[in-house]
Amino acid sequence: MNETHHRVTLTVNGVVREATVPGRRLLSDCLRHDLGLTGTHVGCEHGVCGACTVLLDGEPVRSCLTFAVTVDGQEITTVEGLAQGGALSPVQRAFTECHALQCGFCTPGFLCTVTAFLRDNPAPSEEEALEAVAGNLCRCTGYQNILKAVHRAAEIQAAEIQAAELQAEEGGA
Amino acid sequence: MTTRLFGEPVQRREDPRLITGRGRYLDDLGAGALAAAFVRSPHAHARILDVDVSDALDVDGLVAIYTWEDLPGALAEPLPLLIPHPALTHGRTAYPLAREIVRHVGEPVVMVVARDRYLAEDACALIRVGYEVLKPVVGLEEAAGGAHLVHDDVPGNIGAHLVQEVPGPGGETAREAVDAAPHRLEFRLDVERSACTPLEGKGVYARWDADDASLRVYSSTQTSTSVRMAIAAKLGLPLPKVEVVAPDVGGGFGVKIVHPWPEEILVPWAARLLNRELKWTEDRREHFVSSSHERGQVQHVRVGFDDDGRLLGLEVEILHDHGAYTPYGIIVPIITSTQLLGPYKVGAYRVEFSSVYTNTVQVTPYRGAGRPQGVFCMERTMDKIAAYLGRDRTEVRAANFVQPDEFPYDQGLTFQDGRPLIYDSGDYPEALRMLKELIGWDSFPEEKARAAAEGRRIGIGVGCYVEGTGVGPYEGGHVQITSDGRVHVSTGLTSQGQGHETVFAQIAATELGVPIERVSVVTGDTRRFGYAVGTFASRAAVMSGNAIALACRKVREKALRIAAEALEADPRDLEITDGMVHVAGAPSASIPLATVAVLSNPLRYAFDEEAKRATQFAGPASDDRPPVAEGEEPGLEGRDYYSPVRSTFAAGMHAAIVETDPDTAEIRILRYAVVHDCGRLINPMIVEGQIHGGVAQGVGGALYEKMVYDEHGQLLNASFMDFLMPYATEIPRIETAHLETPSPLNPLGIKGAGEAGVIPVSAVLAAAIEDAEGIPIDRMPISPSDLHTLRRSR
Repeated sequence: MNETHHRVTLTVNGVVREATVPGRRLLSDCLRHDLGLTGTHVGCEHGVCGACTVLLDGEPVRSCLTFAVTVDGQEITTVEGLAQGGALSPVQRAFTECHALQCGFCTPGFLCTVTAFLRDNPAPSEEEALEAVAGNLCRCTGYQNILKAVHRAAEIQAAEIQAAELQAEEGGA
Repeated sequence: MTTRLFGEPVQRREDPRLITGRGRYLDDLGAGALAAAFVRSPHAHARILDVDVSDALDVDGLVAIYTWEDLPGALAEPLPLLIPHPALTHGRTAYPLAREIVRHVGEPVVMVVARDRYLAEDACALIRVGYEVLKPVVGLEEAAGGAHLVHDDVPGNIGAHLVQEVPGPGGETAREAVDAAPHRLEFRLDVERSACTPLEGKGVYARWDADDASLRVYSSTQTSTSVRMAIAAKLGLPLPKVEVVAPDVGGGFGVKIVHPWPEEILVPWAARLLNRELKWTEDRREHFVSSSHERGQVQHVRVGFDDDGRLLGLEVEILHDHGAYTPYGIIVPIITSTQLLGPYKVGAYRVEFSSVYTNTVQVTPYRGAGRPQGVFCMERTMDKIAAYLGRDRTEVRAANFVQPDEFPYDQGLTFQDGRPLIYDSGDYPEALRMLKELIGWDSFPEEKARAAAEGRRIGIGVGCYVEGTGVGPYEGGHVQITSDGRVHVSTGLTSQGQGHETVFAQIAATELGVPIERVSVVTGDTRRFGYAVGTFASRAAVMSGNAIALACRKVREKALRIAAEALEADPRDLEITDGMVHVAGAPSASIPLATVAVLSNPLRYAFDEEAKRATQFAGPASDDRPPVAEGEEPGLEGRDYYSPVRSTFAAGMHAAIVETDPDTAEIRILRYAVVHDCGRLINPMIVEGQIHGGVAQGVGGALYEKMVYDEHGQLLNASFMDFLMPYATEIPRIETAHLETPSPLNPLGIKGAGEAGVIPVSAVLAAAIEDAEGIPIDRMPISPSDLHTLRRSR
């Protein structure tokens, strides 16, 4: 019994990567085992826990429910790609500042989810922030510090945007 | 002082790698290793008739298939019974692969090795195991009835039976005290099964080095040192030829303290046999049906008390479900029956438990480890007494508290460590005062009346607990300062997210007077520290924290001795600040610890500029003294152990306000307050995080989580779709206050904090729901439909 393999080309964290995978290969397994990006974790294998969440063309998806062959040619951001140029992203900084992780296993999924959320909603209400993380399971933190981190990340992000705008104005003047 | 870090909310040193995807969890290791998968029993109780692998042999990439018949020597024997106890007269453990009989759904029968996990599972699906299905034993009372047996040679399914009894102040038995009491109550309580459910399941990755005849095993375990000993024993390898490393571990909560799991010895065995790297990563369904569960108990209570609600006698009979096997002994019911007493003096006490076999997954400690059930029992008892007497529930509790001037307080029982249950310190009246203030206990009746006027039902509940933490026998710490001024700390116990790298670094930095940035901590790696017990029982901070502090003190003393000679000063006049040893009050007379480390190791060969200072012609030396003085060792390092005479006892009290929907019976937690005493806090941020997480697990256990077995012994909800763990939407904001009564038992005055949060939650929420509804709540968890049924049956 030999399986048919398919060649897929993915842009992962800005880098073009190729893999040869059987049709049933999950995106999570492809990222982890074919491309060596083990930051994306698998907690339940059926799309409930959210640990495997990555950004597919910017939108959060469960990589454990996605076949790698179905995303051929698309762009993927994993937890490894959240820090830009060696600088931690606002969401990453907020998570550590607020002690929003303990064992860290579910954290990559939360980080990807919150990153996409704050891009679309940079100043969320309490209710909106709660809703945003309510599809991800964490067994360690009790979520309180994760919610705190969402708001803290929004603050950091806003301050950074403001600082960048100021710099652009000064540069332009 | 830059180095005073004990007690500060220092940011975690684990985080940078974990938030960037650079953590190394078990399945992140071993790229290219072969994969193992298991054929597991689909029946709760059956005889294996035959195993037909013929179809599986065609699977591309198949490497090997093993059944029990293939296992050699000690590997073919039952797994160890880790904690024997005289009362466990009929302890039974499983074989690594089932031999003849399977006793729960999920028991491993066949091990398959293939090129990757997909192919290994393909092969598993093609292996046909013939079974003769036997009558399964499911449910505590059915098991205790003994009509059918889980093990043919265990009559009545009773694995263990234990009675502990403490007479009252006048020498009366509990039975006599209850019978003679002015008031008596008698009732039954039920607690369902739940499970640890860490987000990362178990996993094992083994590398056999044929050239070196040695084995390195990575396991997602809570005890690498003991896994190592088990592997060496089972595989007949010399201990120094086996190393076990716990990498980053994605949560444990108790399930990973059990060892060796079948996979923990089968994977290393096959890796050696095949001379190939081999890995097994547990999937979620496997975790549900083949790792451990906990909590399930039925309790029968008789209590006698006086007009003030003071306990005179308490009799508790516990029926405990330990599942199909007892690898971890009877630790859980022992803890239930001893920690049930909480912060109270109960007069005469008699507790009896029977621990019974069922054809279900084995039961071993889950965070709290029997305490949630014990606290549920005692706190429900307190509430029933208060209701009976028409008194405030906190008054009844206060009337029974052990008082601050009564420590050390001997409860007269034998605890889980085999030592007397003697509370070391605490201040229960103060904790209750703080809690009542935090939740607004005294003004709640008005709040409730206001809510009632709006047609809303709200209720308040309280729960108190004492938690024996920091159990022995010991842990150790090793501290080495190298000639670059770095401080390398290691301890044998493991980490699963508790922040040990941070808190142990705080302790070392504080003890040694060095910046925390220079300290690195390694846990759970037998290459660095071979002697350890493990991480459980909220013991890591107490045990390894103190061991590391003691090791640091040895190193500090040596550093001061060497520095004193170099500075021509009295060691007693020296201090260490920011990694510099200096004369107190004279910072100019100083020497860096890095240099002290160089001087501590007399050298023949200089390998860098700094090392030249320690070579034989570098400086004046005494001709009549050996370079390494008698009783000294080269190097600036120290090792020490902490072995306490008995456990420390942390305590806490929680209160909650809930609202129940009059129509839908939905239960919503409006407020949740925690007063917590774990002795001196090393890092308040981390302690709070532990409490938050514990409470969340407690809320899961109280309102959502249970293992639903049908009469055939099938676990009906073995997935995250159906086993309802709380999301962020289910967990209230937790308000916390800390009380610090230092433990007199250890140098740092600390007690453990890991499990605390989960312990009283079921009791607290049951009390609050009862207060809102006016219906006795004697069974947990409680769902909206359970509450609806209770309302209708009233």
